[in-house]
Amino acid sequence: MNPLFNYLLKVADDTLIFGQRLGELCGQGPYLEEDIALTNIALDYLGQSNNLYQYAAKVQDLGKTVDDLAFLRLEKEYLNCQLSEMPNGDYAQTILKVYFFSVYQKILYTILQVSEDAQLAAIAEKSLKEVKYHYTHTSTWIKMFAGGTEESKTRLKNAVENLWEYTAGMFAETEGEKDLSQLGIAPNPQDLYENWKFLVAEDFRNFGIEIPENEFMQKGSRTGYHTEYFGYILCELQYMQRTYPNCVW
Amino acid sequence: MSNLEMWEVFIQTKPGLSHKHAGTVQAATSEMALQNARDVYTRRMEGTSIWVVPSKYMVTSEGVDKEAFFDPADDKLYRHPTFYEIPNDVKNM
Repeated sequence: MNPLFNYLLKVADDTLIFGQRLGELCGQGPYLEEDIALTNIALDYLGQSNNLYQYAAKVQDLGKTVDDLAFLRLEKEYLNCQLSEMPNGDYAQTILKVYFFSVYQKILYTILQVSEDAQLAAIAEKSLKEVKYHYTHTSTWIKMFAGGTEESKTRLKNAVENLWEYTAGMFAETEGEKDLSQLGIAPNPQDLYENWKFLVAEDFRNFGIEIPENEFMQKGSRTGYHTEYFGYILCELQYMQRTYPNCVW
Repeated sequence: MSNLEMWEVFIQTKPGLSHKHAGTVQAATSEMALQNARDVYTRRMEGTSIWVVPSKYMVTSEGVDKEAFFDPADDKLYRHPTFYEIPNDVKNM
C-alpha cells in the first residue's frame, strides 16, 4: 500500500470524473461562449489528471501508463469523491458543482504548492492558476443567478439542496494519508474542510443565498463506494479502451 | 437570448503592440464579456490583454459619404514618409 500513490489517484480521479461530466456538455452549452467556457474548464481538469496520473504511474513503478490508470481500473479502485459523479443538471447545478470543487481545489493546490514532494508541488502550482479562473467564472455566474429572476434564484436554491450533502465527501481521506500529512507532503483534510466551509459561507453571504441548515452529509467517498451514476460514467469513459485495447489514432 | 448584448473584442498579442479586433462575444454584463472573450479568443495564447466594448458604442464609418471620406487621400504622395532614409539600426518604424 503506497500512501503517495493513493493520494495522487485521489486528486487525479476527482479531476478525471469532474472533467468527464463537463465533457458531456460539449456542444450542448446554453450559448456559444459558455459552451467554450465549460469545455475549457473540462480540458483544464483533464490536463490536471494527465499530469497527476503520469506522476502516479511513476510512483507505482509497475510500468503502467496514464491510460491504464485512467481507463482500466475497476470501479472500486477509483478514489474520486461522490460529488464529482453528480449529474450536470441545469446550468445552476453545472456551475455550482464547479464552484464547490474550485473552492476546494484552490485551497488544496495553494497548500500543495509548498509540499515536501517537489513534483506534486510543481503540478499544484501550475494547476492553481487554472483553478483560480474556474472560481472567478463560476462565482460571477452564481452572483448573477442569486440576484436575478425568481426562476434563477429557485434553480440555484435547488442546486444547492441537491449538491450540499455531497460536499463533505471531497474531504474524505485515503489510506495512508495521515502519514503524508506528517511528512509535509499533503495537508490535513480536516483543516481543508474548515477552510472550505469558511470561504463558502463568506461567498454565500456575498451572493445573498443561504447555507442549508440540514447538516446531513453523505458518507463513503473515496472508499471505492460510489453513487449509482458512476456505473454509467465508467461505461462511457472506459468503453473505447476496453473494446479496442491499445487502440491508436 | 434577448438579454445578451453584443460586445466587440480587441486582443493585444504582445505588450507594446496595438489591440487588434478579434471578433465579438454575446454577454449580459461587462464581467462576463471579458471572461467569455478570454475563453473564446485567447485559448491558444493569442494574446495577453483584452479590451471589450459594447457594440452599440462602436461608431463606424458605415453611413458616411465614402468618396468624400477616403478618395482624396489616394493621390497625395507628398503625405507619405517615403523620402527619408531610415538607419539600419532602427528596427521598428
